[in-house]
Amino acid sequence: MKILIVDDFSTMRRIIKNLLRDLGFTNTAEADDGTTALPMLQSGSFDFLVTDWNMPGMTGIDLLRAVRADERLKTLPVLMVTAEAKRDQIIEAAQAGVNGYVVKPFTAQVLKEKIEKIFERVNG
Amino acid sequence: MEHKDSPQGDLESTLKQSARQLVDSLEKGNFGEAVQLIHELNKARDRGLYHEVGKLTRELHNAIVNFQLDPRVPHATEVSQITDATERLNYVVTMTENAANKTMDLVEQSAPLLNELNDEAQSLSADWGRFMRREMSADGFRELAKRVESFLARSERDSAKLSGNMNDILLAQDFQDLTGQVIKRVTQLVTEVESNLLKLVIMASQVDQIAGIEHNHELLRAEQEQQKMPSSGEGPQIHADKRDDVASNQDDVDDLLSSLGF
Repeated sequence: MKILIVDDFSTMRRIIKNLLRDLGFTNTAEADDGTTALPMLQSGSFDFLVTDWNMPGMTGIDLLRAVRADERLKTLPVLMVTAEAKRDQIIEAAQAGVNGYVVKPFTAQVLKEKIEKIFERVNG
Repeated sequence: MEHKDSPQGDLESTLKQSARQLVDSLEKGNFGEAVQLIHELNKARDRGLYHEVGKLTRELHNAIVNFQLDPRVPHATEVSQITDATERLNYVVTMTENAANKTMDLVEQSAPLLNELNDEAQSLSADWGRFMRREMSADGFRELAKRVESFLARSERDSAKLSGNMNDILLAQDFQDLTGQVIKRVTQLVTEVESNLLKLVIMASQVDQIAGIEHNHELLRAEQEQQKMPSSGEGPQIHADKRDDVASNQDDVDDLLSSLGF
């Protein structure tokens, strides 16, 4: 299970990386925005994407759309972990094909639940 | 603001007076006088306009002085308050980032120590059980006694290390005091800048009034709304619990998503 963590703040990437390691996911890579993440996704064999929304360069929602538009990546499970909490935005993300949505600040428990739920659905 | 002496007051009274005279002149068929009156009206309007533009320029100058910006020296060694505020906020970003990294370093150092202590305690506990049930040979017990001895020494060493790490984590939170002070000062500056800008807007609106310029505020607002790109994100929402258009917590998000069939 290879996971890409995309957030412009290194501390947030580190927090997510640590939480994922606690959940048993040790194979992670990091990118600081959509522009750097997309080529990584296209060339590496990632199984899961955790992305922030608000980032300089390419935002998380645009990255999500780019992933869904890419023939080889379109089924990649995507979890959005973001401070963006407007209802319109959550609906926008759902319509763009997000698999889970976690609002910051979040707890380890919430992250765990959402990831497990996504894998249940993907595997089931 | 003294209304009587204001240029608008002047302009208004001049307008009213001249308008009556203008009607009189026109009714009497005195067109020469009428044209003269129109000319005077124009002059009065221009005077008011110059006066207001003058005031606006002076206010603008004051505002520039207040912001400590010097337009003549773009690379002045003395930084403006705005530049200073930007630097202060950058300092907050650096401080909080350092504190977060320091805390995470210490947690990452501590977690394996705790895990190893726990693993060893579990394994010793299992062997101790075997000894108590007399399932252990004398050699086995000698081995166990050695392990207990080294575990005790290790517990002592590691708990001292952990306690030190906890203390350092506590100390890493000292940024809060410093960043709090910085943010309060910047907030104060923003409030000052806002009130100065508001004064300028009021001045400018008086110029508009005299010059007869009208702005369609609704149209302007609509244009601004359009320029806002929702996809680019807004960052954390303040007062999320008081707003209907914002999810205030994860449960809200989950409810919304499940209502969409998630």
